[in-house]
Amino acid sequence: MCLSVPAQIIKIEGQMADVSIGGALFKAGLQMVENVRVGDYILLHAGFAIQKISEEDALETIKLLKEMNDLENIQLP
Amino acid sequence: MKYIEEYRDRDLIMKLADHIRQSAVGRYSFMEVCGGHTSAIHRFGIPSLLPPGIDLISGPGCPVCVTSADFIDRAVSYSKKENVIIATFGDLIRVPGSSSSLEKERSKGADIRIVFSGLEALNIARSNPEKIIIFPGIGFETTAPGTAVTIKQAKEAGLNNFLVLSAHKVMPPVMDAIVREGIRLNGFICPGHVATITGSGVFGFLPEKYDLGCVIAGFEPSDLLQSILMLLRQVNRKSPVVEIQYTRAVTLTGNAIAQRHLSDVFEFTDAEWRGFGTIPDSGLRLKKEFENFDAAKRLPVTISHHNDNPSCICGDILRGLKKPYDCSLFRKACTPENPVGACMVSAEGTCNSFFKYVPDE
Repeated sequence: MCLSVPAQIIKIEGQMADVSIGGALFKAGLQMVENVRVGDYILLHAGFAIQKISEEDALETIKLLKEMNDLENIQLP
Repeated sequence: MKYIEEYRDRDLIMKLADHIRQSAVGRYSFMEVCGGHTSAIHRFGIPSLLPPGIDLISGPGCPVCVTSADFIDRAVSYSKKENVIIATFGDLIRVPGSSSSLEKERSKGADIRIVFSGLEALNIARSNPEKIIIFPGIGFETTAPGTAVTIKQAKEAGLNNFLVLSAHKVMPPVMDAIVREGIRLNGFICPGHVATITGSGVFGFLPEKYDLGCVIAGFEPSDLLQSILMLLRQVNRKSPVVEIQYTRAVTLTGNAIAQRHLSDVFEFTDAEWRGFGTIPDSGLRLKKEFENFDAAKRLPVTISHHNDNPSCICGDILRGLKKPYDCSLFRKACTPENPVGACMVSAEGTCNSFFKYVPDE
């Protein structure tokens, strides 16, 4: 129920989009997001895009995780 | 898929688990409030990667689980009426009310249809003008804005046959209730998709009032482990704050458009939570200008209140007091095929997650 899944926008018609989750297509209402384009990633929750996920933010989290991974001896607080 | 595989990297996960083991210097209890987190934690076997001093406790964040039997009884009562179609999220249909469930009523011939969103329910209303369509609105701040958009569209379209039975709820008051009940916690793994809408700011009262740390977490294994590590460090440093781990979706102020839809259509009201009773200002009801779409106003039904099965400890589990294996019904009389309590029904329910992923103690 509370799950939201990253999905990619395939087609936009008015305030509705076709989005793809690993190739499976779903409908997503775009009433809660702005400036979304075909190709963008959104979080799909109960038939609505609840957030645009920016590539920079996603990559930033991965970068931070990898940096943490690179630290051989993490400093204990 | 993009943005998922990176967060499931085995080496990264093992390294994070190492860091957690090195940082853990005592006993810690963290509550994951969100049912999606409960499910992910057990699906990915996170507890098996943690040192024994860290206890993860499941909280009241499964919308189906906290829905009261009275609400189900109301929905069941509507489903028995002539000319009514219940258009509901699939999770809800198997939740037992006091004597029936929507699934049982459907097998007796009631017109109950599963939808993935409110907009689908609205389409059913458009194509069935002679029927009344009732959409049971459940879910937290993540889901309620979608219901708000749906109600606005129904109003714009002048649809007179679409009604919402709202049991939408908000998270901060129930988290406050948990702390006030005195459950010993060192911090919260806060719900990532609720916070996507609300922003991280709504959890500020937890460090301020109760000295409890909060990390808003994503749903992949590395997200969860990193969040636990962040909480550990907050506790060790004795500096509780609200931190965002799930930065790819969550900001301090959240999704302002979704918040506006929510406040346009809904207002706070006292709400009943399974396991907690009534919590002030923890529910959402339709504002007066939208009452034409409020099932409770347009089509009131009277139900008699029944107590839940006395052997079911779903309420104590939702409050973090007990675990599923403390229940005499768990895996015996209560299974996902034949659930006695709501916590066994939903894929996000604690009992359901334990049934699927956690071996017996």
